[in-house]
Amino acid sequence: MPIRHTIPMADPPHRRRAHARSSDLERYAGLFAERTRVMRSSAMRDLMAVTAQPGVISLAGGLPDTSTFPPQAFAAQMTRIAQESAAEALQYGPTEGFRETVDCIIEVMGAEGMLPDPEDVIVTTGGQQAIDLLCKALVDPGDAVICEAPTYPGAIPVFCSYQADTIQVECDEEGMRIDELEAVLERLDAEGRRAKFVYSVPTFQNPAGVTMSLERRRRLVELARSRELLVVEDNPYGLLRFGGDPLPPLYQLDGGDFVIYIGTFSKILSPGIRLGWAVTPPPVMEKVVLGKQAADLCTSTLTQYFVREYFRDGRWREYIESLIGIYRSRRDAMVEALGRYFPPQATWTEPDGGLFIWATLPEYIDTSDLLAKALREDVAFVPGQAAYVDGRGRNSMRLNFSAGGEDEIREGIRRIGKVIAEQVELYGALTGERPAAPARRAEGEAENVVPFRKTGEGSA
Amino acid sequence: MRVAVLKGGRSLERGVSLRSAARVEDALGRLGHEALPLEADAEMVKRLAAERPDVAFVAMHGPGGEDGTAQELLEILGIPFTGPGVAACARCIDKVLAKHEMRASGVPTPDWLAFNETAFRELGAADALGGLKERLDFPLVVKPSRGGSALGVKFAESRGDVPGALVSAFSYDDRVLLERFVDGRELAVSVLGGEPLPVVEAIPRSGDGYDFEARYEIGRTSFVCPAQLSEEETRAVTEAALGAYEALGCSGFSRVDLILAADGPQVLEVNAIPGLTDTSLLPQAAEAAGMSFEQLVARILELALVPAVA
Repeated sequence: MPIRHTIPMADPPHRRRAHARSSDLERYAGLFAERTRVMRSSAMRDLMAVTAQPGVISLAGGLPDTSTFPPQAFAAQMTRIAQESAAEALQYGPTEGFRETVDCIIEVMGAEGMLPDPEDVIVTTGGQQAIDLLCKALVDPGDAVICEAPTYPGAIPVFCSYQADTIQVECDEEGMRIDELEAVLERLDAEGRRAKFVYSVPTFQNPAGVTMSLERRRRLVELARSRELLVVEDNPYGLLRFGGDPLPPLYQLDGGDFVIYIGTFSKILSPGIRLGWAVTPPPVMEKVVLGKQAADLCTSTLTQYFVREYFRDGRWREYIESLIGIYRSRRDAMVEALGRYFPPQATWTEPDGGLFIWATLPEYIDTSDLLAKALREDVAFVPGQAAYVDGRGRNSMRLNFSAGGEDEIREGIRRIGKVIAEQVELYGALTGERPAAPARRAEGEAENVVPFRKTGEGSA
Repeated sequence: MRVAVLKGGRSLERGVSLRSAARVEDALGRLGHEALPLEADAEMVKRLAAERPDVAFVAMHGPGGEDGTAQELLEILGIPFTGPGVAACARCIDKVLAKHEMRASGVPTPDWLAFNETAFRELGAADALGGLKERLDFPLVVKPSRGGSALGVKFAESRGDVPGALVSAFSYDDRVLLERFVDGRELAVSVLGGEPLPVVEAIPRSGDGYDFEARYEIGRTSFVCPAQLSEEETRAVTEAALGAYEALGCSGFSRVDLILAADGPQVLEVNAIPGLTDTSLLPQAAEAAGMSFEQLVARILELALVPAVA
């Protein structure tokens, strides 16, 4: 038997009182800002910690493929910077970013038909910082911010950290439901409140993969004008189109009066260089610049020099073309695998671009729990709940097709399909509604692809 | 002393384990020991054999670390380790087994029914659910049998909630239990070397009950230590906790989670290796007993060196 020891606990009643308020937790709890209370869950973080394990096929990330960027070109560009502009490239730069970087940005936006005033552009540390700076400039605690349901999972922690009242407007296969948006705006009017902005990823949305139709784009821009409502258009994926016709960005339709634009080099060049931008009307820009000064003074000078070099030879479009080829094949592989391995009760989106597919399962399947089961099969995805502030999305999942090769994608989807099938079968056994053995569909047959949350329909 | 800190692993509580381990490594340094951080992976045994630490501090939670797996390896290698031994870990990690042991020893634990997945798939156990209401009244708590956290734990208000809750619970384990919901105060009694530390009470600040997210997040749940209990209540709670600790054969340290209902305490589970993060309950309880985190770590090490009879 282990020997028992007495715990050093002299005069417990007295000590208990003395320590009642001084445990570790209470000591720190008194220091934390109010906003940390609304910061997002750690359950998801703990689950995601396991997805990064070796041997796990992760369809959970959002990583662009950087493996085909030519190393020789990279080396030559960096060498040229070192030889020709070492002192400047190692120095601080202007808060707004270098004019030469802005010229590159204007070239990129021009490729989608936009023509912003260079004075309206600020270079940011990734598009993510642009979201943060706009919230910093516009959002007080309790202010209403409207976004899509589901929305970009990375925007939620930003809205939460500024203690925004985040309101999510349902999406379908044509993007944000503008009729629902109007209803939300009217409700806010009735409450004497005003939304600070509407945040949207209208093209190849993260996570849903859907694209807002031209009609809805026009209605949204009209709504913004008539109500003097700011719309933040986040467009990281617009140039990554592998099918269908391009649609005008909201910024182009509006001309930049009420639409604030966020762009990034992350998906068309590299996320590692952390270069993004925002285009805003001058009064907003003034506040954003002040916010950026406080945040980090300026965006990395070195990587701005890199972009300048990279754009000099004019081959950036070729690189995007090569990425489009890679992603198109990977999307095709994923869609084909979904048809083959997911049960007939599942639906999913078929995006014409971007990096993500959104799949929706029968309502009784909670994808956070499914992830635990999937991890035992060494495969991971993002549970849909991560794209909502209110616990919705429990039976959906985000699947990334840009990071891995086609064989890996097929195998990952096969494994997820296997665990879903087990749950469907179990539910059938439990309820007595044993579903017919899922008929395996023939390759390429798409009859079970149901549009994403079609208006007026349930998600099943 | 050279102390290997075993951490990580593939359990869903990996993140918690890494946070516990970081704190332990820090404390070991301040105590003048040499901390040897060891990720639980394919290299672990090789590194333990090569490094021959004086003792292994097991800072792993959930299946893989808290279920006796790591402890078995340490026994084979002949390296003393902290916390309970193989058998106690195996009993604690399996809630169904733990409840049987507790009931056999007269430790109060809520009524339950357990099923495994094979029973549902092959033996038609779904038909047994029809008579559920006669056996256990609603609301019920549906839990995976193995798993140290609240992941996969669902409330079932009525029969209609049961199939979905079971599908969730079966995502974590092939055995699940349906447990009578006991309404009352949520308490945790940490036991260190067979002695109870002051009782911690968890009071959710908002929303529905004690969830996984709140468990590790500062500010989501408020903890009171020592819990405001009458002398009689403290005695009953402590007695139940020590009963559970002994019934399951724990040694070193463990944490007993229980509910104090109107008619007395009910033990829900015993965490063989409870978290040691900055929001964890064992360090809080130790502090309320006048022990700093370093003193707690020193004491846990001291208990590890006591040879246990297998």
